[in-house]
Amino acid sequence: MSEEIQTEYETEGVEKKFMFLNRKAPYGTIYALEMLETVLISAAFDQDVTLVFMDDGVYQLKKGCDTKAVNMKNFSATYKALGDYDISRLFVEKESMDARGLTIDDLVEVIFEDEDDDWAEKPAVHVKSRDEIARLMEEQDVIISA
Amino acid sequence: MAAYEVNGKSIEHDEEGYLEDIGEWSLDLAKIIAKEENLEMTDEHWDVINYLREYYDEYQIAPAVRVLVKAIKKKFGPEKGNNKYLYELFPYGPAKQACKIAGLPKPTGCV
Amino acid sequence: MLHLVNKSPFERGAFESCLNMARKGSAILLIEDGVYAALKNTPFEDKVSAAVKDIRICVLGPDLAARGVDQVIEGVEVVDYGGFVDLTVDHTPVQSWL
Repeated sequence: MSEEIQTEYETEGVEKKFMFLNRKAPYGTIYALEMLETVLISAAFDQDVTLVFMDDGVYQLKKGCDTKAVNMKNFSATYKALGDYDISRLFVEKESMDARGLTIDDLVEVIFEDEDDDWAEKPAVHVKSRDEIARLMEEQDVIISA
Repeated sequence: MAAYEVNGKSIEHDEEGYLEDIGEWSLDLAKIIAKEENLEMTDEHWDVINYLREYYDEYQIAPAVRVLVKAIKKKFGPEKGNNKYLYELFPYGPAKQACKIAGLPKPTGCV
Repeated sequence: MLHLVNKSPFERGAFESCLNMARKGSAILLIEDGVYAALKNTPFEDKVSAAVKDIRICVLGPDLAARGVDQVIEGVEVVDYGGFVDLTVDHTPVQSWL
């Protein structure tokens, strides 16, 4: 993306449904960070974007991450910016949360402004059942997975 | 490796002028980078620089231009929250040029 | 939709996550080390046998041959590269379980 192509020149063309499916824990491999960067870049193209977190991917949204002592970039903070990028759906699989003893209170808060509701601030992170996610997956045009 | 000279100290930067270690940033350094970019810094420039640094501190990324525009609009009003205003302040791009002066990495997805 | 699995079920949870997510009418194609999930006498056999009633489960023949295995669970379809292409053409979207 070059800086010259910005908001005033919206990407023309078809809006597709994109799902970014995250299944890896955040700091042990590079997958989670690479995916997050892909999501941030894709946000410039005004597509219908859903993020899903399942299996160890649910750990990506764990709050309270402090990477100072391991000398890594703390990109957990970056998920909180996704609302600014008009990403309004981060779905976390309930079964994966349960298996890891996590509840929504353990996860970072992501807030977005709802364009269709007078820019009201709303939470973007939601817990969804395996069934709901499976159904949603079938409706996608593109699934990007790591 | 190329470096900026600030108060007798060498601070390394990459081939495009972005800091190797963002922790090395200081106001004096920002002034030196701005000078190299041929920018006459005003309060309006510093508002943007400070905003970028606050954003990075909170989210660990430099915001995309449209995110910056939206945020500036919210904070300083619509006459400042637009592309034209930001490009007038930073002719080589609010993201690229302002981030460099703010000591941040180049925004993700920016070529 | 089509699910692609290329990792051994003994090494990772990808295959089981995939089985959990695959809905009636969708297809799963096992390739590379994923083909081990198609074999008899593993802890996964019962699940696979149950799943083939609702889901089309295929396995790539050349990858089976390369690994010297051929005892495929009943109901699992062995396909060649042409069959691989047909599956990707007939099903959207495609999800690769890494």
